[in-house]
Amino acid sequence: MKRIAAAALMAGLTFAGQAMAEPVKIGMITTLSGGGAGLGIDIRDGFLLAINESGNKDIKVIVEDDAQKPELAVQIADKMVQSEKVDILTGIVWSNLAMAVVPGVVGQGTFYLSTNAGPSALAGANCNPNYFNVAYQNDNLHEAMGNYANTANYKKTFILAPNYPAGTDALTGFKRFYKGALAGELYTKVGQTDYATEIAQIRASGADSVYFFLPGGMGIAFMKQYSQSGISTPVMGPGFSFDQDVLGAIGDAAIGVKNSSHWSKDLDNAANKKYVAAFKAEYKRLPSLYATQGYDTANLILSAVAKASVKDKDAFRAALKEAKFDSVRGKFKFGNNNHPIQDIYVREVIKEDGVLTNKIVATSFTDHQDAYAASCKM
Amino acid sequence: MADRERLVNIALALIVPACALAAYGMGEPFYVTLATRIAILALAAVGLNLALGLGGLVSFGHAAFFGIGGYAAGIFATHAFNQTPLLASPVVIMATSQMPVIWLVSAVVAGLAALLIGLISLRTSGVYFIMITLAFAQMIYYFAISWPAYGGEDGLSITMRNSFPGVNTLNPLSFFLIAYGLLLLALFAFSRLRDSRFGAALQATRQNEVRVASIGIRPLRIRLVAFIISGMITAVAGALFADLNRFAGPSMLSWSMSGELIVLIILGGTGRLFGPVAGAILFVLFEFALGGLTEHWQLFLGLILLAVVLFGRGGLIGLLAGKVRHG
Amino acid sequence: MSSALLIEQALNGLQFGVMLFLMAAGLTLIFGVMGVINLAHGSLYMVGAFACAAVAAYTGSFWLGLVASLIAAAAAGAIVEITVIRRLYNRDHLDQVLATFALILIFSEGTRWVFGSFPLYLDIPKVLQGAISLPGGGQYQLYRLAIIGAGLIVAIGLYLLIAKTRLGMRIRAGESDREMIGALGVDIASLNTIVFALGAALAGLAGALVGALQSVQVGMGEPVLILAFVVIVIGGIGSIKGALAGAILVGVVDTMGRFLLPQLFALFMQPSQAATAGAAIASMLIYIVMAFILAVRPKGLFAVNA
Repeated sequence: MKRIAAAALMAGLTFAGQAMAEPVKIGMITTLSGGGAGLGIDIRDGFLLAINESGNKDIKVIVEDDAQKPELAVQIADKMVQSEKVDILTGIVWSNLAMAVVPGVVGQGTFYLSTNAGPSALAGANCNPNYFNVAYQNDNLHEAMGNYANTANYKKTFILAPNYPAGTDALTGFKRFYKGALAGELYTKVGQTDYATEIAQIRASGADSVYFFLPGGMGIAFMKQYSQSGISTPVMGPGFSFDQDVLGAIGDAAIGVKNSSHWSKDLDNAANKKYVAAFKAEYKRLPSLYATQGYDTANLILSAVAKASVKDKDAFRAALKEAKFDSVRGKFKFGNNNHPIQDIYVREVIKEDGVLTNKIVATSFTDHQDAYAASCKM
Repeated sequence: MADRERLVNIALALIVPACALAAYGMGEPFYVTLATRIAILALAAVGLNLALGLGGLVSFGHAAFFGIGGYAAGIFATHAFNQTPLLASPVVIMATSQMPVIWLVSAVVAGLAALLIGLISLRTSGVYFIMITLAFAQMIYYFAISWPAYGGEDGLSITMRNSFPGVNTLNPLSFFLIAYGLLLLALFAFSRLRDSRFGAALQATRQNEVRVASIGIRPLRIRLVAFIISGMITAVAGALFADLNRFAGPSMLSWSMSGELIVLIILGGTGRLFGPVAGAILFVLFEFALGGLTEHWQLFLGLILLAVVLFGRGGLIGLLAGKVRHG
Repeated sequence: MSSALLIEQALNGLQFGVMLFLMAAGLTLIFGVMGVINLAHGSLYMVGAFACAAVAAYTGSFWLGLVASLIAAAAAGAIVEITVIRRLYNRDHLDQVLATFALILIFSEGTRWVFGSFPLYLDIPKVLQGAISLPGGGQYQLYRLAIIGAGLIVAIGLYLLIAKTRLGMRIRAGESDREMIGALGVDIASLNTIVFALGAALAGLAGALVGALQSVQVGMGEPVLILAFVVIVIGGIGSIKGALAGAILVGVVDTMGRFLLPQLFALFMQPSQAATAGAAIASMLIYIVMAFILAVRPKGLFAVNA
């Protein structure tokens, strides 16, 4: 009881002390422990980098670890919304955690800005004015690769993904744009780490290319085993399987692989150059996709804070929707369902100064919008 | 000694609702939610305590029942919200968002699952039992992940919390009282069961199976009944948990969930009536307090748990009320 | 479906099984001698993989990494035995489950604290890169054959150790009567530490070997741990022979299930649906097999104290 009283008292004090400066409280729930911690740490680091750069002392960020457990994420969200009274919530990495947290949070009138997960359910019929996705809709990168496969003149692609909704969505996204025939379609066990069986089938299928969506450790394992098996069939993947957080673990096996992304380190704009240099200086590593999404999200919030009071929900919502900030993606705007309309590039993995990274080789989509926007009545 | 345990029990029974009421009065609904979480996890653990504490059946698969309850709540809520039938043919069955019906369905489905799992698992004992119950839970877990109709790995969001006749369940205090009422009911049932002839037989099968069999009681049947009741109680807790989180998903079925339920019981005191309540209070508070302190909080949670097993035998109740009776 | 593909898949199943055996052998040995359920066995596997990756990255030699993995895992095992497990011998399984569950949390977060949150890199050694031709026209990766070989050598070595050496005699004696060998003047405490370290080293070896194929990351041990438990329960807990049989059974059933079930379902379903339905059943298959075996033989295939 004492703690509750103390917490209430402290909350009262902070509000009293800063009432003039209009404080903005941001809650960040992300994965900071366990196997998926790298992604959450990147999001957090990118986000805090932007906040620190701004020098805005009125913004208070509270970060907490969800351990990649939906129930825990919900509990923390409740705490942040009901007890800490945050104005904005952000940070979740995984779609299943987002599906557990977001509907409840936006239902209580709090803003939620997605730094990564973009499940289709939140982009279509269940879209919400308080929910903004600053990353991508889950299908986007897969669609871009399906489109690229046509350009690359692939006629017989073998596709595989884990057997869960994000996996089936990924392959559906790929097939939405891919015009060739399928050499095979496989769904693997979630968390599977040995792909010898699948690789043997790919070899036997006579495919002219392979597209896979296997997030995290699954993708690392697949890529290593694929290259060790000596198959020469070209591989394509979504950007998150070939980004800065995992490239080191895949090693040289990744060189030359084409992957899709809405951002790349070598995108030629001033904001991006400044960001990459600042991130490297601050954290002694190259930024990843996730860090970038965190950084853009923070800058979007900063731009809205400068325009409107966060207590004036309608004005603040409009300021967010305007998205007038220097995105490191060069250009950025929201569609009717508050999901991004953006360019999606094809990148190739290269080795640069002894470090594996990506460079842009083509643009797959210009001003691409997701397939669910039409069913969003907003 | 028994009197001291009774005092501790009464204190535990009062402290949770007292905190919830005070938090509600101070306009801190989150702490009411936290108290609700304690009550629900304690309810799930009371179920497991019946099998584990009284019957000595170390089930490492109770997440299966917890998840079945959660999915029942999630599936009913989804269908009721969308006004689609649960079953379209051969007969149309409409879903309801009434909690008592959902609890009943949860308990019945989990009871059937427990019957099937128990019939096979209870033929084994010791480590084999631990592992086979785990295997069944894993089976259901993988099924839930790859079953697209109800969300697969993404799980099911509950847009509107299910309702209870005459109560506004959206009010955190009302929902807490529902969960807490069920917990008290389960505790009462547990204590009656423990002191009944059935309970005596169950505890006897734990201590000496051969002797029980020799006086004409069939240990398998006793254990099976205990296992089924245990699964049913845990399933009702699962349904409440889904309503609390507005979400049901495969993580409710995962092996670490089974592990956490066991942790609750040991933290509180195995076989003790209020052990699950004490364990749930400790676990939720640890998780809550450590999570805000450091990103390495799981390391410290591990160290605390380890210390409890190694040095704090008998759990919290054992500490407060002394090590009485192994009855 | 060609016979070459079938042979390749059978070898894949065997290789997976052998890897599981390395995990299961340690687990079953520890249970047989000490009666302890060690949920933290997967953490020792992770320790082995991290040690191998770190040393290989530092020295450039996979083989030094392999040695490091054995030493690190054995040392971690010995420390765990002396500080924690030793206090649990006379407790019930419940306490052991909780204590080793806590150890998983400690190992996972501790490893992340030391090595950071991003997966590490580990590649297969130069001499084992490439593939050899199979009869029937297929190809098989040399490194995977080497894993099969290593697993079989370990199996034979364990057999010789237990059947022919003084230590093995004590292990067998310990399995049949713990109190008695203590009374006969055998130093049980150090025997337990040795056995635990040996089991841990096997897990570490498995982690290092598999680390070169997969991602070396925190949490990599838990999925393998559960499979290893399935293996020893199917085989009969405490039996090395059972662990070998169970491991190969699980490896082959899992691999063949993943390979054949979607094709079987495709005979009467749409390709996309067959792929998901087949994959769903395949992921449950080994648990179904386990339940079936235990329903018929509640103490596993090679029950020790039947």
